[in-house]
Order: sequence, then C-alpha cells, then structure tokens
Amino acid sequence: MAASVAVAGAQHLSSVSDLVPDWARQEVSTGTTIMAVEFDGGVVIGADSRTTTGAYIANRVTDKLTPIHDRIFCCRSGSAADTQAIADAVTYQLGFHSIELDEPPLVRTAANLFKEMCYRYREELMAGIIVAGWDKRRGGQVYTVPMGGMLVRQPVSVGGSGSSYVYGFVDSNYRSGMSKEECLRFVAEALTLAMERDGSSGGVARLAVITEEGLERRVILGNELPKSTI
Amino acid sequence: MMNIDQRPCESQRGGFSFENSRRNAMLEENLSKLGYSAPKARKTGTTIAGIMYKDGVILGADTRATDDMVVADKNCMKIHYIAPNIYCCGAGVAADAEITTQMMASNVELHSLSTGRPPMVVTVTRQLKQLLFRYQGHIGSSLIVGGVDATGTHLYSIYPHGSTDKLPYLTMGAALHSVFSLSLSTDRSGAAAAMSVFEDRYKPNMELKEAKTLVRDAIAAGIFCDLGSGSNVDLCVITKAGVEYLRGYDQPAQKGRKQGEYKYKPGTTAVLTKTVTPLSLDLVEEAVHLMDTK
Repeated sequence: MAASVAVAGAQHLSSVSDLVPDWARQEVSTGTTIMAVEFDGGVVIGADSRTTTGAYIANRVTDKLTPIHDRIFCCRSGSAADTQAIADAVTYQLGFHSIELDEPPLVRTAANLFKEMCYRYREELMAGIIVAGWDKRRGGQVYTVPMGGMLVRQPVSVGGSGSSYVYGFVDSNYRSGMSKEECLRFVAEALTLAMERDGSSGGVARLAVITEEGLERRVILGNELPKSTI
Repeated sequence: MMNIDQRPCESQRGGFSFENSRRNAMLEENLSKLGYSAPKARKTGTTIAGIMYKDGVILGADTRATDDMVVADKNCMKIHYIAPNIYCCGAGVAADAEITTQMMASNVELHSLSTGRPPMVVTVTRQLKQLLFRYQGHIGSSLIVGGVDATGTHLYSIYPHGSTDKLPYLTMGAALHSVFSLSLSTDRSGAAAAMSVFEDRYKPNMELKEAKTLVRDAIAAGIFCDLGSGSNVDLCVITKAGVEYLRGYDQPAQKGRKQGEYKYKPGTTAVLTKTVTPLSLDLVEEAVHLMDTK
C-alpha cells in the first residue's frame, strides 16, 4: 500500500494536504507585502504587519523585518514557521562566519546562505525572502530569494501575496538615483496600495533604513498611511 | 519500505521520517469508507490567554477536555509548570501539549543547572519552537509561554508548526477552521471570543485586580461562546516575587438546579395484585470489610 500512496501523493503538492490531520493543515502564514529598494549609500526595506491562520489574524502587529546581522536584514513572506526557522539558522551561520572572518559579513553572503537553504529544502519549505543591507564592498544591495530558491540581485524588489497588486505601480514609479527620503515615500506608498487591496496584508507599515551609519526603524500606523484619491 | 519523499536513488538524509503519518492518514480514509473511524486523539478544545500587566504576566485557561463532542475531563489543568518563574498554557491535542511541556520542564532544569543561571522565557520559547518545527506540525500543541526572568517580563505564543509571536496580550485555541460553513464547526475555538475581550479592554500596565478580572472575563467569553471550552477558569499570576496558581479561580458555568420536585407520592400508581415468593437461601460465608472513611 505504501508504494501506491507514493505515486499518488508525490506528484501534486495539493494532495499532500488531504493526507495530513486537519490541525496540521492550518498553517500560520505571513500573507504579506514586503519590499526593498537600493539607494546610493544604503537600502530602504518595508513590510506590512499581518499574520493569518486561515481567516483569523493571529498577529496584527508582526515584525517581518528580521535582523540577520548589524547591517543586514531580511523581509519574510510565506509560512511563518518556515521563515522564522530559516532566519534563525542563517543568523547563526552568518554570525559564526563573521567571527571567523573578523569583519562584517557581505550582504551577498547572507543572501547565498538563504538561497542554499531555500533551494535544498525547496519541496518542504514555503518561504519567499528578500535580503537587503549595506556592506563596505558594494554599498546598499537587495537580493531576492523567492519560493523555489532562486537568487538574483535587483535594485527594487517586491514580494508576498500583496506584491501582485503593486507591480505596475513599482515598475512605473521607480527611478534609479532616488534619495533616501524619496525611497521611503515610494516604499510607504507601495505598501499602502498593496495593503488596501490584498486581504492577507494589513495592520501597520514597518519601514527600515540601513546605511553605513546604522539602522533607522519607522512605523506608520493605519491612519497615518498616505491617503489615495479613492 | 521506500521513502516516499525522495527519489529512488537518494539515501535518507537524516531528520525525521514522516512515511508513517501519511500511511496512517490513508488508513483512516479507507476505514471511514468501511464505516469505522480510527480512534481520535483527545483535543483540549480550549480557550487559553495571557497578558502582561504592571508587575508580571497573568495566564488563564478554561478546564474542559473534549473527545469529539463528549466532555472527557470537566476539570483538567491546562496551565503547566515549566520552571519556578515560567508557566505554559497548552491547547490542541491534550497529550501533545502535556508531554511537550513536561519535556521542556526537564530540559529547562538541566539547562539551568548547566549554565548556573535561572532559566529565561526566551530559552523555553526557542527550544519549543525548534522542537515543533522539527516535527512539522504533527505535534498538535499550541502554547502560550509566560514568565518573569532576569531580563524582565515576557509572553510568547507558539503555533504547532513552530512559529512564535511576542505580544503584550495573547489568546489561543485549538485549530481554527478557515471555512465559515453554515453547519456546526467542531473546531471553532474560544480564542476569537477571548481576543475580542482583550482588544476592547486591554491597557498597558494594569493593576493586578483589573488584570485578573480582564483575563477571567476573556476566558469566560471563550467558555460561553465556544463548545470546546467550558467549566472553570484557572489563573496563574507570575511576578518577580513568585507565582500564584489560582486553580478554579472562577466557576462561571454553574450546573443548572432543578426547578421543581419530580417525585411521586406513594400510592400514585394503584396496585392491582400482589404476589410474594420467598427465596430460600442458606448463608454460606460472611465477611465484613470496613471502608476507610477517614
């Protein structure tokens, strides 16, 4: 019987959910809209704050911008458990690597560690991650590691279920060479638009700026988000 | 048996093997076709909650354990000891929550002896989330861990798949159904009812009395509005000074008292005939055992 289960179950990821107990099926998902933009001297990252279990919001003030090292952050989307576990593992690996090197780690190294884990366990994991930070060699960088384990550097990257609603906005409004303040406004507006339209995104908008000098975190509450015309 | 998660030529790469859980699920499916059902793990249904107040944390829980739609235990303890300064409420599968917390209590004691320091809430949370993640949600326990340690007051929630949230007030229950069907949903839990009370009345740095009332009201909301929760409210107040475990703090759901007398007077039923047949029995042996009524 086990052999016949294998053929039926292994082909489609959807049928797996029929074969596990019901309480294992309701995973906590970060729904989400996440975003990161490079500028000259650093990066601006942003995320919404909603974590859902089905239709219930388990945490309405989640912090999806997770520090991996002093000047490197990751934005998490997908399964909350998977992304938290991956982030913890990479934080440990990167911290160890940095001590060995006796210098701050490269953003590309952190992104690579994420990629290794996300690609190796791609069948078991549900995680879409954006790694962003500043290092001395290449300045501000944004690397995206979507589900499946690809790794690519992009000047601007969006992710999560809410990203679908803002691709048009991002593509038409992004210009290279924006200042830090312009980037902050850009990210805040994009997050707002996504949070308005995506049911799995909402709450407050969390932003962070990472530069050589350090880290600056901001929270924009629901009623303070940029107003749109409708 | 071939491992169904991997291609044929790859060897098992360590970690937990979940072959049998899929086989079990298939067996259950086949059993239901024949009209039988596999024995169900007892779930605690449950409403559990925790808040941070001025001097520490207060954990609260109801006391009903259900076996499908039958109450298996009217007064079970859902607030478990982890360390002298850390307690944990457990929801979901009763056995999983119980064993997981007991194991954690042992681990934490050993760790504390090894480090020479009193245990920290974040340590417990980390170990729990890594354990639950390793078992990929098959250990069906949702937990709220709260305590006061050297770094301050902390409150965490941990879901069966291993994700955690750190918040000033939390509620949890058994697995929630995402589909709002019109038929009765046995898995709708009291967490939403309790959270509505918190969202309305929670304030940071509350006084003890107000905080206890708030947690009691939240659990009561779960008891009244959720079929899987009931009986009494247990509270556990943890501060730097110590722990106050209030078992049976409140009993909002009292058993109903009968309104009238339902006895019939002797003679209500008329006796038409009466026949007496004595049974001839011989006394063979007599033994008297006194019952210990001390």
